[in-house]
Amino acid sequence: MKKVLIIGAGVVGCSVARELSRYDVQITVVEKANDVACGTSKANSGVVHGGFDAKPHSYKAWFNVRGNEMFDKLSKELDFPFKRNGAYVLCFDESKWGDLKKLYDQGVENGVKGIKVVTGDEVRQREPYVSQEVKGALWCPSSGIVSPYEMTIAYAENAADNGVEFIFEKTVVSLKRNGSKMTAVFEDGDEIIADAIVNCAGLHSDELNNTVSDKKYNIVPRKGEYMLLDKTAGYLTSTTLFQLPTAMGKGILVVPSVHGNILLGPTAVDIEDKECKDTTYDGLAEAFDKARITMPSLTKKQVITQFTGLRAHADAGDFVVGWAGEEFPLYNLIGIESPGLTAAPALAVQAAEDVADYLALGFNDKFDPIRKGIPCFATMTEKERAEIIKKNPLYGRIVCRCEVVTEGEIVDSINRPVGAKDLDGVKRRTRAGMGRCQSGFCSERVMEIIARERGIDMTEVTKSGKGSEILVGRVE
Amino acid sequence: MSVKNLIIIGGGPAGLAAAKSAYDAGERDILILEREDKLGGILNQCIHNGFGLHTFKEELTGPEYAARYVDEVLKRGIEYKLGTTVLSIDKNRRVTCANEKDGLLVYDAKAIILACGCRERPRGAINIAGCRAAGIFSAGTAQKLINIDGYMPGKEVVILGSGDIGLIMARRMTFQGAKVKAVVELMPYSSGLNRNIVQCLKDFDIPLLFSHTVVEIKGKGRVSSVVIAEVDKNLNPIKGTEQEIKCDTLLLSVGLLPENELSKMADVKLSPVTGGAVVDDDMMTETDGIFACGNVLHVHDLVDFVSEESEWAGARAAAYIKGEKTGGECVGIEATDGVRYVVPQFAHREGEGTLKLKMRVGNVFRNVRLCVNCDGEDVYSKKCMIVTPGEMETITLNEKQTRALKNCKKAVVCLKAVEK
Repeated sequence: MKKVLIIGAGVVGCSVARELSRYDVQITVVEKANDVACGTSKANSGVVHGGFDAKPHSYKAWFNVRGNEMFDKLSKELDFPFKRNGAYVLCFDESKWGDLKKLYDQGVENGVKGIKVVTGDEVRQREPYVSQEVKGALWCPSSGIVSPYEMTIAYAENAADNGVEFIFEKTVVSLKRNGSKMTAVFEDGDEIIADAIVNCAGLHSDELNNTVSDKKYNIVPRKGEYMLLDKTAGYLTSTTLFQLPTAMGKGILVVPSVHGNILLGPTAVDIEDKECKDTTYDGLAEAFDKARITMPSLTKKQVITQFTGLRAHADAGDFVVGWAGEEFPLYNLIGIESPGLTAAPALAVQAAEDVADYLALGFNDKFDPIRKGIPCFATMTEKERAEIIKKNPLYGRIVCRCEVVTEGEIVDSINRPVGAKDLDGVKRRTRAGMGRCQSGFCSERVMEIIARERGIDMTEVTKSGKGSEILVGRVE
Repeated sequence: MSVKNLIIIGGGPAGLAAAKSAYDAGERDILILEREDKLGGILNQCIHNGFGLHTFKEELTGPEYAARYVDEVLKRGIEYKLGTTVLSIDKNRRVTCANEKDGLLVYDAKAIILACGCRERPRGAINIAGCRAAGIFSAGTAQKLINIDGYMPGKEVVILGSGDIGLIMARRMTFQGAKVKAVVELMPYSSGLNRNIVQCLKDFDIPLLFSHTVVEIKGKGRVSSVVIAEVDKNLNPIKGTEQEIKCDTLLLSVGLLPENELSKMADVKLSPVTGGAVVDDDMMTETDGIFACGNVLHVHDLVDFVSEESEWAGARAAAYIKGEKTGGECVGIEATDGVRYVVPQFAHREGEGTLKLKMRVGNVFRNVRLCVNCDGEDVYSKKCMIVTPGEMETITLNEKQTRALKNCKKAVVCLKAVEK
């Protein structure tokens, strides 16, 4: 059987793995972190973009619009939270009217459906907390919101169900041409030979390509800082609120999450360190102050956490999609920054088709497109709750009180395919620790459950991978 | 669905005291719902002593104090359910809860006492920039890890906030061989008890830095240092005053918040100042038949006062169930001139007896009088050398003073300067 190696288990790598598992081929995904969705895929705005923002005829525009159209079916098949909540691009200054019109024309040219220009009053009629200073807006009904890490996890689990192997905590440092095949060389000296390699290494996708290709790329990590508000602030907006974009990106958003929180951000600063996840005093202040332009009534009192995400910005500006060269089977997905999350489903289909074509793969008869998520106690009716506790009594034990997450869900999150290994993994899969107390009450219980289910000592439990052990030892 | 006269949410010090006194007032159909596997609440992890000086006139540890009330509850045969989390309550006093054994349970209660305590303000709420590495704990979480589970959360520690739990943990971690490098307090004063500052910091030479805060947390994987800075009068960090402290752990003791998620479901009116319910002198919220006491109502610094307040709430809830409720109009009690809040916020005009008022001031004041003023006249006045936000003040009005308050148009609790 032919073998394909996918490097990177972000939303791009996991979606490619799932789409490629439709074919009769042996697939391995390698990831340097200890879980999927540990880089850009876990820390972004979670917006499924309409597609008006990308330059016409670019890869970004093409895959954005096509990706967007796939979300309704995909979110049902893979059981991840997604909502078409619509978006406004707000214009505060009549002199910028031309920019709004340009955005509209661009959207029409890109094939975005249903967009129109509306007045400030129309915006406020739907979203009463939007600033009185808003003079008009572009309305995009096809814009949506998704939980980006839950989407990535869903893709990964479905891929695993369809036979994809995942290897974690192994870093590829270089690629080599190997006759008609490719070799990936790991930090520890190990090698994997594959008939094709798909480069989904996000921020590091340029470096991997550059070890083997004549055509070189350069990724600049573009840092974005966010603030997350409590669910009690959820009334502030149900639609996504952009400000008119700038050269650095789509500006500061006020956007609801699929779980009912409100997200403010991101800032946009080009940095050097591809592993930097730190927030800064100035960055957070900027995110908050600019969000207040959209919504003057915002207060810091409702902030429950802050985080930083890095976008993989390629110098060239557009996505790099396709074979690196004619003589060796490296398929590149480089510079998949915004609207990368939206584009991922379409990019994955494209990449899978191209790889299948190249390797002349047949179909996998056993492919099952359906994945069921962890039954979510918080959103169940009383009857459903009673039934599930009867079936699995661990569902009667509430561990995270803020988000109402039960021990049943936490145990499931650890034991399912591509399961959670540590606190952050459990958090992304179940929301335990994501509420207003930010794991103050439940972290200790979750640690106990992780230790028990994984058969490890409490002192070995980590927050997010090696080096993030939570306890330093036993009390003497 | 079952019917219960009195459901008490929370089996900590507040719930236990309320249950005991409701029973003693004649109520027999009581159910305590406790989410942990043990009665006693947060006291179980407070293994230091200093509890019970007012209630029992002796120094007990937290678990010892809790055990006294647990014994009282067991002696009376009061029903309780452990490992049971209340999922919702509504204004008609329907309580939905769940546990492993019974599954989903629904009760209609004649009265509910909210005794669900408080939680710690997390890092996110105070907007500290930096990494999100392991090694950042709320002081209470660290306390649970050490005292209940027997694990050390760190070796080199900086504590932000000088609330009581932070002070207690400075001493506790020092006992266990950790090096507590500093306690950093944003305000120019501590929100903790003075005795804790002396016994937990001074006795161990742990520096306490007022008007300082943590501006950045550094580290990959695990915390490696924090940057602290002095703050100005508006509490903003002053550039140039930053200093980096190497540490592997940051404990946060930056305030407690009454946990009123359930209250909100039952449309219980909350005070923006206390974060707890607005109550009358029966400890009843503005939602009929729902009472509140202990840290869910307002954050106390001594458990003794939680017990006392909760015993009163239990007795009044029992009276309410019997139909002996205090009816009629209320007079509002306002907090002004340096007093941040007063509990209860209302008193019934009807009824006799004494009245206990609890309050906190908004700043440190010296040589002041704490007054209860009714229609312009001070019916009560107490001279205080010093009042601080960290120590709750209690006033007991005698029968005459209580009657004056109940009969007045406007009652305020305020601070006044001492005339020379």
